[in-house]
Amino acid sequence: MVRSRMKKQWLYRIGLYLLVLFIILETILPFAWLFISSITRNEELIMTPKRWIPEQPTWDRYNSILFGKEISFRGASLTGPAKMFQKSLVNSLLIAGSVTALSLFFGTLAAYAYARLRFRFKNALLMLAIGVQMLPPIAIIIPLYLLLRDLQMSNAFINLILIYCSITVTYVIWIMAGFFTTLPRELEESARIDGCSRLGALFRVLLPISLPGLVATGILSFLTIWNEFLLALVFVNDGTAKTISLAIGEFSTQFSVDYGMMSAGGVIISIPPILLALLFQKYIVAGLTNGAVKG
Amino acid sequence: MAWVLVLPSILLIFGLTIYPVLYSFWLSLNNVSLLNPVRSFAGLNNYIEILSSQAFWAALGRTFYFVLISLSVQTVAGLTFALVLNQPFYGRGFVRALILLPWAIPNIVNGVMWEWILNSSYGALNGILLQIGIISEPIQWLSKPWLALNMVILADTWKVIPLYVIMFLAGLQTIPKDLYEAARIDGSGVWRSFFSITLPLLKPILLVILVLRTMQCFGVFDIVYIMTKGGPADGTMVISFFTYFQTFGKLNFGMGSAISFLVAFVVLSISLVYMRLLKTDEAD
Repeated sequence: MVRSRMKKQWLYRIGLYLLVLFIILETILPFAWLFISSITRNEELIMTPKRWIPEQPTWDRYNSILFGKEISFRGASLTGPAKMFQKSLVNSLLIAGSVTALSLFFGTLAAYAYARLRFRFKNALLMLAIGVQMLPPIAIIIPLYLLLRDLQMSNAFINLILIYCSITVTYVIWIMAGFFTTLPRELEESARIDGCSRLGALFRVLLPISLPGLVATGILSFLTIWNEFLLALVFVNDGTAKTISLAIGEFSTQFSVDYGMMSAGGVIISIPPILLALLFQKYIVAGLTNGAVKG
Repeated sequence: MAWVLVLPSILLIFGLTIYPVLYSFWLSLNNVSLLNPVRSFAGLNNYIEILSSQAFWAALGRTFYFVLISLSVQTVAGLTFALVLNQPFYGRGFVRALILLPWAIPNIVNGVMWEWILNSSYGALNGILLQIGIISEPIQWLSKPWLALNMVILADTWKVIPLYVIMFLAGLQTIPKDLYEAARIDGSGVWRSFFSITLPLLKPILLVILVLRTMQCFGVFDIVYIMTKGGPADGTMVISFFTYFQTFGKLNFGMGSAISFLVAFVVLSISLVYMRLLKTDEAD
């Protein structure tokens, strides 16, 4: 009896660790292969049967994409792609960074009003804003395209920032308003008795406590914009505001044969999100499950 | 005071989402084509034309297939993973962090990555299958319509499983341990506990995931754009790509708007069905 129970325990442990191993492999192998491809020389990449570990790994691709003036592509040296990639990397950082900052700032102010003040149409406005986010993105893209064209707003950089802000600000309001309502009112009231203004109480008392919520929404907004593709595809029609997703998209057509180069580009633009995800894992999990889990 | 705080956000949201959506509805009732500067009122003509177009129904059918397969596979896999990661084992915190990796990878990179893995001549998948000896000829993963659609689903699945795992894990952690203890004392086995405690208590989470993911599936665009561009032979022409193609390929904006409203209507109806099916007993 005791023996069969111990045997069962052992089987359970072995089964559990096998499943865990499977989950780990399933999670990392595809991306590991992308990384391996990015440091494998082209001659080795196209060998059959397939080689899984490169004999002479190389960082050349990273060097030329990030710092090079030109990229060697099937024997020819091209200046376009390296420059485009470097510029779009900067563009994406600027766009995602400013969108995150702007929407955090304005979104938090609005969220505070939603959580603490009374004004007309309050709930109707919020429901409307969230409801609209549920429509397929293309429903917004089509009229926006015509509107921006009619208004002759042709600066793709500013257009993208504004459009992205309208998406992330809704999200910030929703999450932060929820966050503020969980905090007791007494916190600010005592600060206001001590002579703080309403906004002073918001910035000195509420915001410091809400830091985890702010970090989570900030990171999720940044990642949403960093990964966004469809809006950029429609609204960026010249090189000046090209984002990193667009650059990779173009990479994959210009370099349709050079999978090594695409892999290197893919790894580079995945590094910021991966780092953020691993460093702020707890915040992100809290942000993703916010509202989904009651109690 | 309140209005000052809310105004900037309201302006943004109204100007760039709510007003455009209303405008879009108006567009859907008009003939709007970039090829023809004259706009004219069309009534429901755009809607009638789409509803009688075979390509639209085919795209919708593919999207339903996409939703059905991806949601069922992902729910089963996600729940299994979450149950495993909810057990105590050595290195659990590390694995729980690691699981976020696919979620963090941009859609576009995910598309490029799977296109490369599935490449018929040099791809890793054929490479492995050939070396193990499961196949003797390379398979053209992305050159056959139905197979290609399934491969797009595979790529999507790899990326979104973390979301399911995170949600289910959060749900599992809210279930009180004594419930299982009590069930065990009453002589109920592992499976019985799973079906009568775990599943029912995860229903609210499941509902959130299903609604969210259905919306996402109806919007799948990036990986299709990278991996197959809707081909081969329209095999991966899912509804969002179809809409994009109708709008920006044929420059027929009125039609594109009409399609997006039909899609929104479908998504809304599905969400209502979920809520009916998974209605929790709280209301009683």
